[in-house]
Amino acid sequence: MERETGTETVKRGLAQMLKGGVIMDVTNAEQARIAEEAGACAVMALERVPADIRAQGGVARMAPPEKILEIMDAVTIPVMAKCRIGHFVEAQVLEALGVDFIDESEVLTPADEEHHVDKHAFKVPFVCGCRNLGEALRRIGEGAAMIRTKGEAGTGNVVEAVRHARAVLGEIRRLTTMAPEELMTYAKEIGAPYELVCEVARLGRLPVVNFAAGGIATPADAALMMQLGMDGVFVGSGIFKSADPARRAKAIVEAVTHYNDPAIIAEVSKGLGEAMPGLEIATIPTEERLAVRGW
Amino acid sequence: MRIGVLALQGAFLEHAHVLRRLGVEAIEVRLPQHLDRLDGLIIPGGESTTIGKLAVQYGLLEPIRDMARAGKAIWGTCAGLILLSKELSGPRGQGADPPLLKLMDITVARNAFGRQVDSFETDLAVPALDVVSTAEEAGRPFHAVFIRAPRIESVGEEVEVLARLEPATSAGSVRCLNEACPELGRRVAGDGIVVAARQGHLLVTAFHPELTADTRFHRYFLHLAG
Repeated sequence: MERETGTETVKRGLAQMLKGGVIMDVTNAEQARIAEEAGACAVMALERVPADIRAQGGVARMAPPEKILEIMDAVTIPVMAKCRIGHFVEAQVLEALGVDFIDESEVLTPADEEHHVDKHAFKVPFVCGCRNLGEALRRIGEGAAMIRTKGEAGTGNVVEAVRHARAVLGEIRRLTTMAPEELMTYAKEIGAPYELVCEVARLGRLPVVNFAAGGIATPADAALMMQLGMDGVFVGSGIFKSADPARRAKAIVEAVTHYNDPAIIAEVSKGLGEAMPGLEIATIPTEERLAVRGW
Repeated sequence: MRIGVLALQGAFLEHAHVLRRLGVEAIEVRLPQHLDRLDGLIIPGGESTTIGKLAVQYGLLEPIRDMARAGKAIWGTCAGLILLSKELSGPRGQGADPPLLKLMDITVARNAFGRQVDSFETDLAVPALDVVSTAEEAGRPFHAVFIRAPRIESVGEEVEVLARLEPATSAGSVRCLNEACPELGRRVAGDGIVVAARQGHLLVTAFHPELTADTRFHRYFLHLAG
């Protein structure tokens, strides 16, 4: 009997298997093993974590293939990697390397200031960032199999992730109360495909898995995003820029599983040492904010 | 009927939704006390290393084994199949194998079809589902979704095979990842690979019935739990 690969069900399905889990940024095999040992459900292979990209500046690109392969060899959990917004050849390279998921990410320097990658053209699934429902549905319209908040990566400040999560979830709630004749006007207002607006109104949620990302640094941050209604979390700089990465990683994993149990969150939050140093969003010049990249 | 769904990580809500649609009470299980008074347990798909580690940390392995010994039905899908198995074969990460419940007499290879780009959907013949099928459903193939799926390499005498992958078409070859196999690393036809099995009250599927609208496998599990 025919076997079909790269279908929408198979792509969105992997994201469903990641739910309730923590995806951690790693820059080498050793970090990948620490993440896996701590219970990460996937790792994101990249050359520099967002905090370093922010500090060092310059053009941030896809990680070198040998770095990604080193990480793929080190762990059995899924390996994700980032390509620049609109850089479909970086995406082709990542697919050829065999990564399990591609993050078309605003954390890297955009390669195209008008267009995102046509993600339907790939067998490998994509995750994309968003700040609101319109942006989420544009990315899903382009073929994204998973959505995450943009937050503000590399800051250790959860406020932007909360803003983006509340925007998406609040807009979805509003949508579910609209009359059918209001949906087309709403689709036009938020710049989203009409069919997807109707689907979200019917489902009461996005048609794909929706993670939190960008600024999560503590077990309580992670549980906050889960209680707000996100399906799981990405932690970027928050782990390997902290004093005790292995312990903090494990604590965040446990906080995501037991996100509704404050006693457990309190217990796992003890003795973690210093969190990554945080950044107040207002101190970041607008042109250096990563969340405004993407259209 | 009260069925627990292990809710440590993975696609547990998908299972709970199907159970509720079938009129069954679905309980999310994160701690040992959540296993009280259950008629059965589903261990969902997700990352087997993540689920396994959390199950150990929160003391769930032995209580789940007790449930099995008490004759309660347990169903593992994908990662859940791995955790229920007796032994792992095939390629290994460096020290990254999940802890096993060792309840079912099967040997399993993880990620046995390759990476995500090799994940696939296909139809399976599953005659065992006829016991729960309506006249309209009887004999119809089951549409199965395989995501970075494991495969069952060998089964013990008490294990009943419920489904195998049928002879592959040109597009359906798979990469052999069994270290013991001379075809290691080569594309081989996936003929006859066992992807669903039962041992008494224990059920395993390498694929994800919770991702499709067909509820026959859930009804089959409830039949075992009943």
